[in-house]
Amino acid sequence: MHSLTLTELNAGLARGDYSARELTEHFLQRIQTLDPQLNSFVSITAEQALAQADAADAARARGEAGLLNGLPIAHKDIFCTRGVRTSCGSKMLDNFIAPYDANIVERMRAAGAVMLGKTNMDEFAMGSSNETSYYGPVKNPWDTSRVPGGSSGGSAAAVAARLIPAATASDTGGSIRQPAALTGVTGLKPTYGRVSRWGMIAFASSLDQAGAMANSAADCALLLQAMAGHDSRDSTCVARPVDNYLGELEKPLAGLRIGVPAEFFPADLDSRIADQAHAALAELERQGATLVPVALPSVHLSVPAYYVIAPAEASSNLARFDGVRYGYRCDNPADLEDMFKRSRSEGFGAEVKRRILVGTYALSHGYYDAYYLKAQKVRRLISNEFARAFEQVDVLMGPTTPEIAFGIGAKNDDPVTMYMADAFTIGANLAGLPALSMPAGLVDGLPVGVQVIGNYFREAQILNVAHRFQQATDWHRARPAVGDDA
Amino acid sequence: MSWETVIGLEVHVQLSTASKIFSGASTAFGAEPNSQASLVDLAMPGTLPVLNREAVRKAVKFGLAINAEIGKRSVFERKNYFYPDLPKGYQTTQLAEPIVGAGVIEIQLEDGTRKNVRIHHAHLEEDAGKSLHEDFFDEQGQGMTGIDLNRAGTPLIEIVTEPDMRSAEEAVACARKLHSIVTSIGICDGHMAQGSMRFDVNVSVRKQGDPKLGTRTETKNLNSFKFMEAAIKLEVDRQIDLLEDGGTIEQETRLYNGDTNTARSMRTKEDANDYRYFPCPDLLPVIITDEDIEALRAELPELPDARQARFSAEYGLSDYDAGILAGDRAVADYFEAAAQAAGDAKLAANWVIGDVAGQLNAAGITIEQCPLSAADLGQMIQRIQDGTISSKIAKQVFEACWNGEGTPDEVIEARGLKQMSDTGELEKIVDQVIADNATQAEAFRAADEGKQKKMFGFFVGQVMKLTQGKANPQQVNALLQEKLKETPGA
Repeated sequence: MHSLTLTELNAGLARGDYSARELTEHFLQRIQTLDPQLNSFVSITAEQALAQADAADAARARGEAGLLNGLPIAHKDIFCTRGVRTSCGSKMLDNFIAPYDANIVERMRAAGAVMLGKTNMDEFAMGSSNETSYYGPVKNPWDTSRVPGGSSGGSAAAVAARLIPAATASDTGGSIRQPAALTGVTGLKPTYGRVSRWGMIAFASSLDQAGAMANSAADCALLLQAMAGHDSRDSTCVARPVDNYLGELEKPLAGLRIGVPAEFFPADLDSRIADQAHAALAELERQGATLVPVALPSVHLSVPAYYVIAPAEASSNLARFDGVRYGYRCDNPADLEDMFKRSRSEGFGAEVKRRILVGTYALSHGYYDAYYLKAQKVRRLISNEFARAFEQVDVLMGPTTPEIAFGIGAKNDDPVTMYMADAFTIGANLAGLPALSMPAGLVDGLPVGVQVIGNYFREAQILNVAHRFQQATDWHRARPAVGDDA
Repeated sequence: MSWETVIGLEVHVQLSTASKIFSGASTAFGAEPNSQASLVDLAMPGTLPVLNREAVRKAVKFGLAINAEIGKRSVFERKNYFYPDLPKGYQTTQLAEPIVGAGVIEIQLEDGTRKNVRIHHAHLEEDAGKSLHEDFFDEQGQGMTGIDLNRAGTPLIEIVTEPDMRSAEEAVACARKLHSIVTSIGICDGHMAQGSMRFDVNVSVRKQGDPKLGTRTETKNLNSFKFMEAAIKLEVDRQIDLLEDGGTIEQETRLYNGDTNTARSMRTKEDANDYRYFPCPDLLPVIITDEDIEALRAELPELPDARQARFSAEYGLSDYDAGILAGDRAVADYFEAAAQAAGDAKLAANWVIGDVAGQLNAAGITIEQCPLSAADLGQMIQRIQDGTISSKIAKQVFEACWNGEGTPDEVIEARGLKQMSDTGELEKIVDQVIADNATQAEAFRAADEGKQKKMFGFFVGQVMKLTQGKANPQQVNALLQEKLKETPGA
């Protein structure tokens, strides 16, 4: 069963090939057996999962099957789940049992999905390797000495190894697409505002977007169909009607204009990665798409702009973790200030503290104009360049990441090199555009991802492109070493 | 050496919305601690703010009431600092683009002098919770601090004036005027004791004629006009004493204790926070259209200044009396209803400003809780006008009505307070008084006109005593004048 995609499992459930309970038990068994090699889950909610599966079976029997009825999924531990620990990968929230459900948790449950557990992640989604988690690094199922990418590394590794057919994730600077690329899964970051942020623990509010990971573009379309929609509790979530993402999947690509930004193929890019991306473009061209060279001259400023804006927002968003109302509180505080300082010093890990310090500095009196305001101007500039590009083309494509999965610990002493790994993904966050990463080949036996960026709210189009690609290729069916037992 | 005082105010006004500015929790005062703190108010991870439209509408109304420029686009920012009753670690407020721009109000001092005070701007923000330092102890009996987040997220406008006031009296007049405006337009309940309006006063002094402002201090969180006046006077004296002794003023935040009439420094400029303001990414800019503004303008009731002018013109009241009545919307409404029922606005004004206000003060209640309705007050005044009771008896009627004995007519009837106007009956009593006091009557007749005037009151008093005050004073006067001059037995 686990070698099937979410879409295929959905059909199997509908046909009655197996029950939701059987599916749930099967995947729980896989998690039990295989996750010790990966560390992709921080919580397994077997009991609730079985109850939800039974409820899904009962709903189907009544003829009330939802869009995701009986399908096992996992939620990234950044999403609040009522009654279940929601740690965000941090010691700070190791004891935090969320008192409410995130909007996407509500929506997916309403659609009949069965939650099997919560996936590991970089602490507060700050990281590109899943090494900053309080619960230890997640390992890449293609090579367990390597990282799966981050921050949604747990979701990526679990989906890649087929411990779960699909998982939610979040993307602030590439946290869905980069791990999707590094583990060979399909990951979708929707347009900013398409999916509610209610209940998603904030890292950088103007960039954070909830999305999905699965083993095909069609699966992501199915998931987005259930996740997307207006939520009055998130002021930045739009009221615009939700498109039919499944309906456009099969649309032929004839006439499609694909923009190829030179900036996504820099001179020092690993040529093997460039070759895989070009091969993917050639396949789409073969299907009738036209390749158009475009320019995004300021996109090289994405990383520096991002590493001012995101930490600035984070420094404020993470101020609520003060030991007063929930979360970690230090032992025997001498006084109020001691409680604040020690709770935060002891509760946060090194990368989180680094970003809080950077962000605090960027917002400080006398530095605000030079850093934060300047970064916002760069952001506007980059957004405008994307907008101009979309006057000429329908989608933009290039490699998702400049490199394949690296070794665990390889970049621990060099955060800036690690930050550069997000150079191709951050632009879509700064502009708020939808983007996905799909598997497009192997280099040294490790997955390579290709990114498709769409215009605002054109998720249906990028899913269509990826689906047509996956109809003609098998990269999305390639299996990693861990869990490759058919 | 003559010193000039310079004062500016920052006024926090709680907006009387049903729910909080960014959450659906109730804003009602006095609930069990933390019973009105939602997930958002508790700053639970993953929660987000949603702006309360009503708070925006109320803020715009304030702007319109002071003829201010309305911010067509206003932006919420985060003011970052750590405090236990500030759950998010930042206060959501406005800075660079506030909802209300520059405006002006006119204040009036007790001597009738008028003066303009410029409003720099007013912005929307959320209130913090409260730290409770009493009543909490750990197992060892050590004092602990409790946090009540019921108030967290209550909508506020902070009104910032220019440093236009030159005395404590002017500052209080300004504070009262703002109180009058916000209560009149229905955006704040005005309950100072519950913290619905709180004042921060910025005070500095300079030598008369010096164009440069002195170093200022800020005294925070004054919640009564009385404390405000006392705190300013205390601070002005402190600054002048310090300067005259050759010292310098340190820019600092001070706390005033009303019980002891003392103040102390809370923090100096050196340990001031860097608040790291930046636009709140969870909230969109607030856009106000011209149509919104006109619709809200149409909802505004008659403003205190206009009402004061109308009371003077329409009812012939003095400027001062009209100001007192118009300053509080409920009082003004009460007055107008009583005036209509009475058919005499001046008498109604005298009663409202005098006895009604006095009794309310003594009882510590507001006009809304007044046990005597405006209609009843009007009826009572009518009874004075039509001669049923005298003004003196009216005081009795007023008290009886206040104590719940019924309407004025019922009280007059039940207590038999109707004025004695029957000339025959009165004549007998006057005759009796003169007969009973023959010696005094003799002396009266012998006296010159000046002395007579002084002695006349004695006879009036005697008649009133016998009639228990019910005699019509005009008739008594006339009868006594006539009878006292007659020679007995003639």
